[in-house]
Amino acid sequence: MGLLSLAIWTPIAFGVILLAFGRDSQARAVRWLALVGSIVSFLITLPLYSGFQLGTSAMQFVEKASWIERFNVHYHLGVDGISLWLVLLTAFINVIVVIAGWEVITRKVNQYMAAFLILSGLMIGVFSALDGILFYVFFEATLIPMYLIIGIWGGPNKIYAAFKFFLYTLMGSLLTLIALIYLYTASNGSFDILTWHKLQLSGTVQTLLFFAFFAAFAVKVPMWPFHTWLPDVHVEAPTGGSAVLAAIMLKLGAYGFLRFSMPIAPDAAREWGMFIIVLSLVAVVYVGLVAMVQQDMKKLVAYSSVAHMGFVTLGFFIFNPLGVSGGIVQMIAHGFVSAAMFLSIGVLYDRVHSREIASYGGVVNTMPKFAAFALFFSMANCGLPGTAGFVGEWMVILGAVKFNFWIGALAASALIFGAAYTLWMFKRVYLGPVANDDVKDLTDINGREFLVMALLAAAVLYMGVYPKPFTDVMDTSVADLLKHVAMSKLP
Amino acid sequence: MMDNSSWMTIYPEIVLLVMACVIALADLFVKSPKRTATYALTLLSLGGVAWLHAMSADAGQTLYGFGRLVVSDPMGHWLKCFATISVMVTLVYSRPYAADRDMLRGGELFSLSMFALLGMSFMISGQNFIVIYLGLELLTLSSYALVALRRDHTQATEAAMKYFVLGAMASGFLLYGMSMMYGATGSLELSSVFKAVASGQVNHQVLVFGLVFIVAGLAFKIGAVPFHMWIPDVYQGAPTAATLMIGGAPKLAAFAIMIRLLVEGLLPLAFDWQQMLSFLAIGSLLVGNLAAIAQTNLKRMLAYSTIAQMGFVLLGFVAGVINGQTTLAANAYSSAMFYMVSYVLTTLASFGVIMLLARQGFESEEITDLAGLNQRSPLYAGVMAICLFSMAGIPPMVGFYAKLSVLQSLIVSGQSFYIGLAIFAVIMSLIGAFYYLRVVKVMYFDEPVTATTVSADTDVRVVLSVNGLLVLVLGIMPGALMALCADAIARMLVI
Repeated sequence: MGLLSLAIWTPIAFGVILLAFGRDSQARAVRWLALVGSIVSFLITLPLYSGFQLGTSAMQFVEKASWIERFNVHYHLGVDGISLWLVLLTAFINVIVVIAGWEVITRKVNQYMAAFLILSGLMIGVFSALDGILFYVFFEATLIPMYLIIGIWGGPNKIYAAFKFFLYTLMGSLLTLIALIYLYTASNGSFDILTWHKLQLSGTVQTLLFFAFFAAFAVKVPMWPFHTWLPDVHVEAPTGGSAVLAAIMLKLGAYGFLRFSMPIAPDAAREWGMFIIVLSLVAVVYVGLVAMVQQDMKKLVAYSSVAHMGFVTLGFFIFNPLGVSGGIVQMIAHGFVSAAMFLSIGVLYDRVHSREIASYGGVVNTMPKFAAFALFFSMANCGLPGTAGFVGEWMVILGAVKFNFWIGALAASALIFGAAYTLWMFKRVYLGPVANDDVKDLTDINGREFLVMALLAAAVLYMGVYPKPFTDVMDTSVADLLKHVAMSKLP
Repeated sequence: MMDNSSWMTIYPEIVLLVMACVIALADLFVKSPKRTATYALTLLSLGGVAWLHAMSADAGQTLYGFGRLVVSDPMGHWLKCFATISVMVTLVYSRPYAADRDMLRGGELFSLSMFALLGMSFMISGQNFIVIYLGLELLTLSSYALVALRRDHTQATEAAMKYFVLGAMASGFLLYGMSMMYGATGSLELSSVFKAVASGQVNHQVLVFGLVFIVAGLAFKIGAVPFHMWIPDVYQGAPTAATLMIGGAPKLAAFAIMIRLLVEGLLPLAFDWQQMLSFLAIGSLLVGNLAAIAQTNLKRMLAYSTIAQMGFVLLGFVAGVINGQTTLAANAYSSAMFYMVSYVLTTLASFGVIMLLARQGFESEEITDLAGLNQRSPLYAGVMAICLFSMAGIPPMVGFYAKLSVLQSLIVSGQSFYIGLAIFAVIMSLIGAFYYLRVVKVMYFDEPVTATTVSADTDVRVVLSVNGLLVLVLGIMPGALMALCADAIARMLVI
């Protein structure tokens, strides 16, 4: 069994064990087992980084075995510079959410932990699948644990949110299934993604395929105007669910653009690039403004996620190395920062049971340690230099200016909105005099919460100060991808 | 005509017939209310029969018996093997349910099920219009009696009447169509009919006229729109044990007679029946999925969902012959077979859970009766959830691969009409996902109305767990079953 298989199946195996043997009466054992499972799974992914060969865009750690012979489907895994960090990020966030859910979840603990472990394995599967059907199976299967996480442990309006999440994303991906089967036919019976990259396709077909993929990935990212499910779902999901959703699940869509839309239909991608850029700019500017007027902290961060993901898609479709690398760096940075933002809100919610900004004020007086972390993450969210949030956005803006000055300028101005809504929320929640009795009774974060915050803060800081390990890995893959996209595949 | 080797083609059926009679007699001496002895003997006999079918299927030979009245081929044997196992599983799930409702007295449940299975076997292996028709009648007559087994229950009796009247009409249609074919071609035997039709000497109008009746009869039997009216009423009204007995294994037999009649007998008319089936499929997908949304009764919802699922199976039949070429036929029909087998597997487990939750004097039929099942029993909630996700076509459940194969058979044809059909089917399955998810929601997100835990006998618990697990495992490893279906259909088409 190869490393990638282990990375996928170890958390799933732990999840299944928890489902089979876990009981609420042994919640303590369940939590520890889940923690061990998530840490082991994370450790397994580390050799992927240390053993990764720089300077090649070929797939590494490849595993290939026949899976469904009748349709020539293979169990085909591999990572390149684009997907490597996403795999590590997934395993890392999984450890964080297991710790974050420690005491908060008291009902059906084994199912909660199992859902996150299984989800993490499935998402690693998405990032490392090199076979169309294998990708699709992992991509769709992630819906099931997330649906249950939202529906069982979510807020008051959880059922609406769970359905909206499931059906909205299923709608997009079903059209992608048609596209996958079409490619299978067009390539004379192959589901191999890398074979599809080389497949010659006519302009009309490319356009149709591009929009079939767009249906799935734009909803998942989510791009404006397909983003409406995200705020509703974030508000109702439990803290851990929000963190995983924002940190990893949104990246499944962005990753899809890089792995499917751009290399398989490059001519259509170039033709419709401007269309995506416009949608991304709307997300960055307009959704940024929408975020400013939110009363609910989770909704605010959800809209800010949409705006940040706008930077990602913007970076991809300006077709230059800075933009694409910046987009990928932004994906990883947003993974850390958005998880941290949602977990910070979770810390407050666990104590006061309100997400309204108006219910707080002066939290810094009662929770100084926590407020320090929150300030740091807020700064990262608005892209302060020295934090992870800065690197990606700066690269994308630089790339955009190279592509077209006005697009770059518009994207840069959005940073101001980002700073505005984040810092204004910080001011209203944390600063000022103690607003009410709830805030007065707050106790500062305990050791477990401190650990979660510290781990994320370290990651955000490290990535902000020294992003080289991240960019080094992706350089060659991004350059080759762009070279590939620049070539016409018209017959 | 009748030589010794003829008997070899039907020896599992002979064993089945003998054991059915033995069990009907032996039950007279069984006194226990739960009929443990009869039950054990039935399972043992059926297990033996299933094993015999598996052995014959594995041999891979195609033999004709009694002057081409019946055939013994891998497809037939595999379908009979699966049907036998389905009946066994149905009986395991049904026994506690039936015992609580005084349906075991007399032991008819067991012998009638075995006779129904015998009918299915002859439907599956018939090579002659009359044999197929007789098999169908044996199945349906046994089923009418099974539905009516709860004599004192008005709803069940009403369902039995409806089933009988509409079923008899459908049989009439089928028989009328067969007689037209006989009149046109001068033969009752499938391969002669095939040759006569293929020769082009026969009046096409008469053939299509007969074909319309045959397709209508088949559509009645599998419950495709617009011949679906009986399905919701019978599924809901019949005791759940009987619902499963008519909604499970017989679907495999229905698939087989579609193959025997339409493919082995009337493939030269494929252009005509593919059009008919396309419209039946569109109607079934539309009505089944939309009507299921409005249901509050779980059995009725599953009935409409069956209609929609049958629409998908029909889609597997429509793209076999393109421009007179049969190169894609094996691909298309094997996708339909795979769909049907996985559908039956899923149906068994879902009705198994419904029967398990029904208690003495209480039917667990409303969707709300499942409220909070996850808190009462995570295991059975998990089994049900796996089945529902499978029916919705969400990977990694087997139902996803079933939909994948059928969609693939449509898209690979390259015809824009079929690609359009595939997109339509996909949109319909999105609508379908909604009502399946709603049941998952009730089980997982709602608070339970009753705190009672769910208890089950060991046999039910083991079989139900294995059944549910199989839906998942076949979803992770679907290759073997797909290859089996492909091989069986390919061998059937060669002859």
